[in-house]
Amino acid sequence: MTPEDGRDKNPTPESDRERNTVNRLSAENLTLAYDQRVIAEQLSVEIPDSSFTVIVGPNACGKSTLLRALSRMLRPSQGRVLLDGQVIQSMPAKKVARTLGLLPQSSIAPDGITVGDLVARGRYPHQGLLRQWSAEDERVVQESMERTGVAELADRYVDELSGGQRQRVWIAMALAQQTPLLLLDEPTTYLDIQHQIDVLDLCAELHEEQGRTLVAVLHDLNHAARYATHLVALRGGRVIAEGAPNDIVTAELVREVFGLRCQIIDDPETGTPLVVPAARKARVTTTS
Amino acid sequence: MLVDSASEQRADTAPAPPTRRAVRALGLLVSAVILLLVALASIAIGAKQLPLDQVWHGLFHDTGTYGDVVVGARLSRTVLGLLAGAALGLSGAVLQALTRNPLADPGLLGINAGASAAVVTAITYFGVSTLSGYVWFAFLGAAAVGALVWLLGGSRGATPVRLALAGTAISAALYGYLQAVMITDDAALNKLRFWTVGSLASAGDSTILQVLPFLAAGTLLALGLARPLNAVAMGDDTARALGVGLARTRALAMLAATVLCGAATAACGPIAFVGLMVPHAVRAFTGPDLRWILPYATVLSPVLLLGADVIGRIVARPAELQVGIVTAIIGGPVFILLVRRRRTAQL
Amino acid sequence: MKTTLTLRTPGGLSLRTDVRALVVVVALLLAACAASVVLIGTGDFPISFGDVLKTLAGNGTAGQDFVVNELRLPRVLVGLLVGASLGLGGALFQSISRNPLGSPDVLGLSQGATSGALVVIVLLSGTAAQVTVGALAGGLVTGLAIHLLAWKQGVHGYRLVLVGIGVSAVVTAVNGYLLTKADLVDATRAVVWMTGSLDGRDWSQVWPLLALCAVLVPLVLVNARGLRMMEMGDDVSHALGVRVERVRTLLMVAAVLLTAAATAAAGPVSFVALTAPQLARRLTRAPGPNLVPSLCMGATLLVTADWAAQRAFGADQLPVGVVTGVLGGVYLLWLLVTERRAGRI
Repeated sequence: MTPEDGRDKNPTPESDRERNTVNRLSAENLTLAYDQRVIAEQLSVEIPDSSFTVIVGPNACGKSTLLRALSRMLRPSQGRVLLDGQVIQSMPAKKVARTLGLLPQSSIAPDGITVGDLVARGRYPHQGLLRQWSAEDERVVQESMERTGVAELADRYVDELSGGQRQRVWIAMALAQQTPLLLLDEPTTYLDIQHQIDVLDLCAELHEEQGRTLVAVLHDLNHAARYATHLVALRGGRVIAEGAPNDIVTAELVREVFGLRCQIIDDPETGTPLVVPAARKARVTTTS
Repeated sequence: MLVDSASEQRADTAPAPPTRRAVRALGLLVSAVILLLVALASIAIGAKQLPLDQVWHGLFHDTGTYGDVVVGARLSRTVLGLLAGAALGLSGAVLQALTRNPLADPGLLGINAGASAAVVTAITYFGVSTLSGYVWFAFLGAAAVGALVWLLGGSRGATPVRLALAGTAISAALYGYLQAVMITDDAALNKLRFWTVGSLASAGDSTILQVLPFLAAGTLLALGLARPLNAVAMGDDTARALGVGLARTRALAMLAATVLCGAATAACGPIAFVGLMVPHAVRAFTGPDLRWILPYATVLSPVLLLGADVIGRIVARPAELQVGIVTAIIGGPVFILLVRRRRTAQL
Repeated sequence: MKTTLTLRTPGGLSLRTDVRALVVVVALLLAACAASVVLIGTGDFPISFGDVLKTLAGNGTAGQDFVVNELRLPRVLVGLLVGASLGLGGALFQSISRNPLGSPDVLGLSQGATSGALVVIVLLSGTAAQVTVGALAGGLVTGLAIHLLAWKQGVHGYRLVLVGIGVSAVVTAVNGYLLTKADLVDATRAVVWMTGSLDGRDWSQVWPLLALCAVLVPLVLVNARGLRMMEMGDDVSHALGVRVERVRTLLMVAAVLLTAAATAAAGPVSFVALTAPQLARRLTRAPGPNLVPSLCMGATLLVTADWAAQRAFGADQLPVGVVTGVLGGVYLLWLLVTERRAGRI
């Protein structure tokens, strides 16, 4: 959003128009670092409300780090993340957890826990010492399991499930949290292609049917272009482009962000941009 | 680790650049000189302060004076320190390579405690009193606990944390056993409380002669395993692909580590951390090539052990601090530092 | 398959508990009470089960009243409280370190308390009360040291475990040194203390322990729900609104206090903190830290072990620590056999 970002050469009409609107989740001038290693500086991002925002970029571009900052897992060394106009770190933890959910990459299913119990743990921010299991909790958990298609697995042990089923269970847990914003860190990693599409379809449904704002980090640019309504392309901790996939995904952008020469064609299924990497010969000539 | 192994693999097929080899060889020479100096210091310095000419007299013109006897005792103590130090360092380096675990150490993995418990059992319940008799118990105890820790730590799936925990838990159980032996028998208590801290002072020349063959065999075996262990460092599948007999290498490496630390423990009692610290320090200089790490560890581990022993004689004058205590007090902080420096992903 | 009991009031209050866990807790409490009564009746002056109950109710003879209420009841109460503290402390440590072997006796706390006690016994030739204070101080200092050394933008389970192991090794060496410095009488006294024993414990040990438990147990239980969430990893629990570092620090402090106090009262009774949470978990078959079942299991275990130590070996009365030590060894072997394949260690 800052003028010195140097993004003016890329067409970003979407975000330009939204600049004046106040979105629920945004990041201003973040400096993000682990120990001494600086990942990003002066990074600003708006998450448009009711969008399915996907963050893409090459390995180590800071996309997961950005997501960690947006979900208050990582405290920025400079700048701030705003949720509903308040600095996210200053808000009560449970209040944030009722507004913003996160599906992290590193989650551990406790030994011998059943699907139903795990999903029920998503109700934590709505519960208290004297309000341990309300009728509302029960209803929401059941609903979340049904939405994600794991209701019939409720009594199974999580360790017995396949990778795809397990990811659905974790999504169900995040849904049970009942947050208008949901952040997903590479939800398709380690899944085979059919389960990847399965999980992404589920995300798209959650986005469309309930007007929920989704933010996901994805590895696969084609998946991102197909499912996102708003795309943020990062490289080296800077936003290179953001906007609707149809507007911003160009051969030039792919080359700038991923260093890959390619053609962009229309996805025959959806009409969204589809990245086709250039054949070997063509690539050899460009790298030299 | 992967990157290191890859570059190291290159070194295996094509010899390292002559300059680097020369530097490493020179380093080994310097280490040997340092070892010589520390050994001399170990003879010259003690809880009882002797003038240097008297030390000289005791070394070369032994006439049985009080000073000569002191020097003689220091000499055998120094020789034992040399042997035990080399054994502990080597077994630590072999264990670290074998388990692909940077925190492996015969003390931390409970192997020393296993040897101790077996020796105590031999002395208390089987009436074995000579070292040549109970050294076999030490081997047995070391091997049994080594295997137990490996299994309890999850065998192939063993992570450094699991292995260290398994070792510590088993050590705790064994020390509990030692305590139970000590409660029931005052004489045993009086002997064991000195033995279980690990000391070079109690052993005489006969002890040294008795453990020498075992230590020599273990050392030769360990040094001979450098090449296959180099391959094992890159993972089981890679090692197999490179044509290493995995089962044989593992068994031999375990045998070498067991014999080395079993014999050292039988002679001195349990001494921890030498096998952890020295290979780590050496690796920083030589890189991950075991063909260099093992010889360096052989030369430098006695430097640490003898150095710790000398410190133990100085700090508590006129009494002495046993070497096992000094190594633990130095080694514990080093261990914690290593843990803190490491990132989650590497553990 | 799994049944839970939910209690809801019109005012919006709702409580929930696992039926099986509830049954386990009740059964363990009954077992602890029964074992206590049997233990009170056991000794050179045996008293029947019924007479013990009668005396406890205040209807015994003068002699029985003295033996029961002045000699044996405080000893049993110390046993119950020490066992409960160790069980709860162990459950907390194992849950925080996410490892069934990550208990305070493996991570150096018991050894630290031992150091404190040995300093008093060997260097100061102190009284029993001073030994207790020394052990408490030693345990607390060690706990603080482990926490500070493991702290690096938060305490992570693996770092806690490894730092604990490092500290444990150093402190064990220090203990060995202190033993060598002692004369034989002090050394004998020290070794008996190091084994852990309930011999000669009286009301003066009961009250401080009871007060500490009365404060800490509710505090821990209030935070138990956060700990449950933390089993799913720091990120997930953070996302659910748990203030991870705060809960962890608070619970660790509580666990250190419980363990140090228990060790100060009875010596480092080994392996109760390690085994009680695991055994409780096997019984409840419930995920989560199982804090209350662990607490009850610890109490039951220690009193039963004390009874075994007095009776099982004929005329020789052994310190209770010997029995729990054997138990710990058996447990480790059992863990080896059953859990190895599951890769849960």
